[in-house]
Amino acid sequence: MSDLRTDLCGVELKNPVIAASGTFGFGQEFAPFFDVGRLGGISSKGLTMGGKYGNEGQRICETPSGVINSIGLQNPGVEAFLRDDLPFMRRCGAAVIANLGGSDLQGYLDGATLLSEADIDILELNISCPNVKAGGMAFGIQCQSAHQVVSAVRKVCKKPLMVKLSPNAENIVEMAQACEDAGADALSLVNTFQAMAIDVERRQPVFANLFAGLSGPAIRPIALRMVYQVCGAVKIPVVGLGGIASASDALEFLLAGATAVQVGTANFVKPDICLDIIDGIDRYLERHGFAAVSEIRGLARTDR
Amino acid sequence: MPAAYTVNKILQNDRVTETVYKMKVDLGGAPQPAPGQFYMVRGWEGNDPLLSRPISVNDAGEGTVTFLYEVRGRGTRLLSQLPAGGQVSLLGPAGTGFPVGEVSGRVAVVTGGIGLAPMVYTAKSLQNCQVDFFCGFRDQSYELESLQGAVQRVAVATDSGREGQKGFVTDLFSVADYDWVLTCGPQVMMEKLGRACLDAGVRCLLSLERHMACGVGACLGCTCKTAHGAKCVCKEGPVFRAEEVIL
Repeated sequence: MSDLRTDLCGVELKNPVIAASGTFGFGQEFAPFFDVGRLGGISSKGLTMGGKYGNEGQRICETPSGVINSIGLQNPGVEAFLRDDLPFMRRCGAAVIANLGGSDLQGYLDGATLLSEADIDILELNISCPNVKAGGMAFGIQCQSAHQVVSAVRKVCKKPLMVKLSPNAENIVEMAQACEDAGADALSLVNTFQAMAIDVERRQPVFANLFAGLSGPAIRPIALRMVYQVCGAVKIPVVGLGGIASASDALEFLLAGATAVQVGTANFVKPDICLDIIDGIDRYLERHGFAAVSEIRGLARTDR
Repeated sequence: MPAAYTVNKILQNDRVTETVYKMKVDLGGAPQPAPGQFYMVRGWEGNDPLLSRPISVNDAGEGTVTFLYEVRGRGTRLLSQLPAGGQVSLLGPAGTGFPVGEVSGRVAVVTGGIGLAPMVYTAKSLQNCQVDFFCGFRDQSYELESLQGAVQRVAVATDSGREGQKGFVTDLFSVADYDWVLTCGPQVMMEKLGRACLDAGVRCLLSLERHMACGVGACLGCTCKTAHGAKCVCKEGPVFRAEEVIL
């Protein structure tokens, strides 16, 4: 057994594998299938202050090795989360990451204030949801608006602040640097790629919102490239995600320089796939004679 | 029953019509499903197709589960090609099925197309009921022999008129003649029935279909509108009461 413990901006994770926001509910949904406390962390479903009903119409469309979703941040709201869902997340033993989305600056500030006073480990600021109009991703496209919202949230957030970036940003490296400069303690990337599907029988777009977010193994090579670029451009830790579905996939991100990884869509393929990934990383480390997972971070970088 | 994720042996996987297949799987000690529940079924290696396919329980018993399914795309085509003796992954039993213990008196079970699948097991599980089974098909009926002894009457409607009465299955009966209507089929058919039942004061249960990703209530991809907000078809459903769901 290698040492899988991972320091993520001062928070110790049991291992570098985190269940990604929006794919794992609040942990409890997966508890019938395995001990979710074995995860390094769980990132909650994206929360907003008042809660949201989510989007109308079809919300899921499968694509080759991927899935497009248009959930629209359906969530019970920050206060209901603190009352109904946080107790289980806290108790289960994985690090608690509260994912906060929003559609305006005040919503982000109110949410961050409430959440960072609660017993969470990390606040993940979602400026990258492509499915909510005038929000989420709107802040994650241009560096200037991202800098503004991250700076403001930084001032009210008493917990480590991780900013989740959109691959739809105009320039992912400059975006990462802007968030670091604004006081982010860590970055997670990437969220979903803006995508589209058309129902050819009905001759109309599949999603009521027209565009929606593509995730799954289909996006992994592009996500990896972005994580590699960002790891070379910032000093704060980076959590890599985008289509990870095996230990080998996760190792690519760690070798590119990521401190930890998140597993999202693959949770739908096999509910305990995160355990396979954790065990696979452990076996890899043993096979190659590494004592700790921290030793492999960035080993594939050509700029080391 | 708590859901489980298991790899199971296929006992048989036979063609029923040009597009419909029937697969019997050994549950190997995994929990028995209730009527109206379903499984997320997967029968291929790798990530393409990415998502498992939600398939309802057509029959169950003696440690086995049977699926009656229509080939609609790549996933179901791959399932149809699996040999007896091969393996299939099941996540389930998932969802909330029919409250069969609550149903009594005169019952109309109404199906359209492959919506027949879950209603066979459901009809067989009803106790102290007089069940009339109304089923609509495009062209021809299938799998009705399994209903023998379980229902009082079976009536068929087809789009083409090749078998039974030509036209809509909903024209075969009047909801006012029943205490309960249990249905699974195309959305338009269920909307029409649900409304007719609400108007006539007849209790009505509908089994909904949605595109699904996780099957455990986590992704919120399969929600439907209800009087109590958005509910997951995969978890709080697929069976809902007509007065609760907003179609």
